[in-house]
Amino acid sequence: MNTPKPSQWLQVSDLPGPDAPRHRLAHPGRWVSGAIGLLILALLVRAFAMGQIRWDVVGQFLTARVIIVGFGWTLLISACALALGVALGLGFGIMRTAANPTLRFAAWLYVWIFRGTPVLLQLLIWFNIGLVFPRLYIPGLVDERMVDVVTPFVAAVLGLGVNEGSYLTEVVRGGIGSVDRGQIEAANTLGMTPGQTMWRIVLPQTLRLILPVLGNSAVGMLKFSSLAATIAMGEMLNAAQRIYFINGAVIELLFVCSIWYLAGTTLLSIGQFYLERHFGQSAAGAGSRRQWFKTRSRQAIASGEA
Amino acid sequence: MSLAVKAVGIRKQFGTHEVLKGLDLDVSYGEVVCILGPSGSGKSTFLRCINHLEVPDAGYVWIDGAIVGYELRTGVLHELPVGRLRAQQRQLGMVFQHFNLFAHRTVLGNVIEGPMVVRGLRRAEAEARAMELLHQVGMADRASSYPSQLSGGQKQRVAIARALAMEPRVMLFDEPTSALDPELVGEVLEVMRGLAKGGTTMIVVTHEIGFAREVADRVLVMIDGEIREMGKPEHVLSNPGDPRVRTFLSRVLS
Ligand SMILES: Nc1ncnc2c1ncn2[C@@H]1O[C@H](COP(=O)(O)OP(=O)(O)OP(=O)(O)O)[C@@H](O)[C@H]1O
Ligand SMILES: [Mg+2]
Repeated sequence: MNTPKPSQWLQVSDLPGPDAPRHRLAHPGRWVSGAIGLLILALLVRAFAMGQIRWDVVGQFLTARVIIVGFGWTLLISACALALGVALGLGFGIMRTAANPTLRFAAWLYVWIFRGTPVLLQLLIWFNIGLVFPRLYIPGLVDERMVDVVTPFVAAVLGLGVNEGSYLTEVVRGGIGSVDRGQIEAANTLGMTPGQTMWRIVLPQTLRLILPVLGNSAVGMLKFSSLAATIAMGEMLNAAQRIYFINGAVIELLFVCSIWYLAGTTLLSIGQFYLERHFGQSAAGAGSRRQWFKTRSRQAIASGEA
Repeated sequence: MSLAVKAVGIRKQFGTHEVLKGLDLDVSYGEVVCILGPSGSGKSTFLRCINHLEVPDAGYVWIDGAIVGYELRTGVLHELPVGRLRAQQRQLGMVFQHFNLFAHRTVLGNVIEGPMVVRGLRRAEAEARAMELLHQVGMADRASSYPSQLSGGQKQRVAIARALAMEPRVMLFDEPTSALDPELVGEVLEVMRGLAKGGTTMIVVTHEIGFAREVADRVLVMIDGEIREMGKPEHVLSNPGDPRVRTFLSRVLS
């Protein structure tokens, strides 16, 4: 083996003390690439600032009442659809792992249908469901015209939520499958029923695994809710479209929407970060990481490295 | 001594591989039985059949006046619904080779889980009892740690406390020290020795011949799904009749 010769042979007697001053390695590449990046960014900003966009119109509509109300609907649709998706995902995900073959098949069928067709198509079908079933009739509960029940809002929530649920079903199934079998056997020997084991042992550990996915779902849902504009739901994009059909400020209003969506997704990302950190604290992984860090630093202190 | 648990003609096959070839075992209250045998001889499978984690193909286990997993009606064994099976299974505390602690619960949380959820104890009551048990296994000072923060020996002592918290009639141990570093084996065996002295009925699958010699009332040696030798440890371990048992013992004792 050929080890490269050290450029400088230190005599042990020349070694400095442990607190010898240190000089950090300079990274000129980072500075250069940073400067280039900034330059490109400045050029882009300049291009857009001088382009044919009336920024005053953007500013004017950013806080317009219709837009704000539309954004409110966007948030409401997203929240309701996400809640529906999580509920369906948990329910069908548990069914996917059930011992009962009928339940397993039902959940498989649900995923097959709703993950296998475009969400825009599903939205349109929900919106026009009245063509198939003109009346919604459940004996003793409801008897109404379908168009009165499935309003654009309901159609949007159903379409987005049911679709999201089919993805989350698979995520939940994977999460359940990754919980250590030994822990389930331990619960059995303690006398816990399958329901108790699922609820108290398996699901809490599953939820922590799927939390990052839920964060992505929330961000995605906020954006996908704009599809509801196609079924005459007055959410933000729809509101913007109605305005620019009249005043012709197309790009300005689309920019207004972009700003609001970016604000929303940014907030969600921040929320996700804190949520994961919170759950990570009691998590097994973080526990061992913290423990590792503690022992490391203790050793480091003991050996005078710190 | 009265009978605690009785296994009758347990057979188990995986595919075409016959793992257990009709095993019988009677264990009395207060007795400690150690099961020895080469790897793959079916020791774990036998233990898992005793508490019905594996369903035997034939034969059954009797405990506490009932057959585990079945109801006897006019000579026919009718399978029990899972809720009633679980109620029987908690008579048989189990300690696993790989601990199987609940990763999302603290040490205390692991021990109170069964008593609260299954036995319906109130939290304060369950915690008080759990702390006694954690004292007994020397883990009281780590009650609020998570399993990932413990050494193997500590995890196994918590697992023992968790099983004891259900107040089972019989404790089953499946190689409780095999996954441990050598220097951690002693602390777990010490706890088990204490349990044996206190009169706990135990069936222990182990490779620790020294422990078996010292603590067991009875030792049995399994080879290829059969019990080839059973008796007092001093007899079985020093002059076994069966030649294959002799080969096995000479290998593990050397
Ligand atoms: N779930 C299973 N499916 C198929 N084969 C199995 C299963 N469990 C055990 N076996 C087989 O049954 C035989 C006995 O296994 P068992 O785990 O009972 O042995 P053991 O005596 O406990 O061995 P060890 O000392 O290594 O733990 C082995 O050949 C094993 O491969
Ligand atoms: Mg084994």
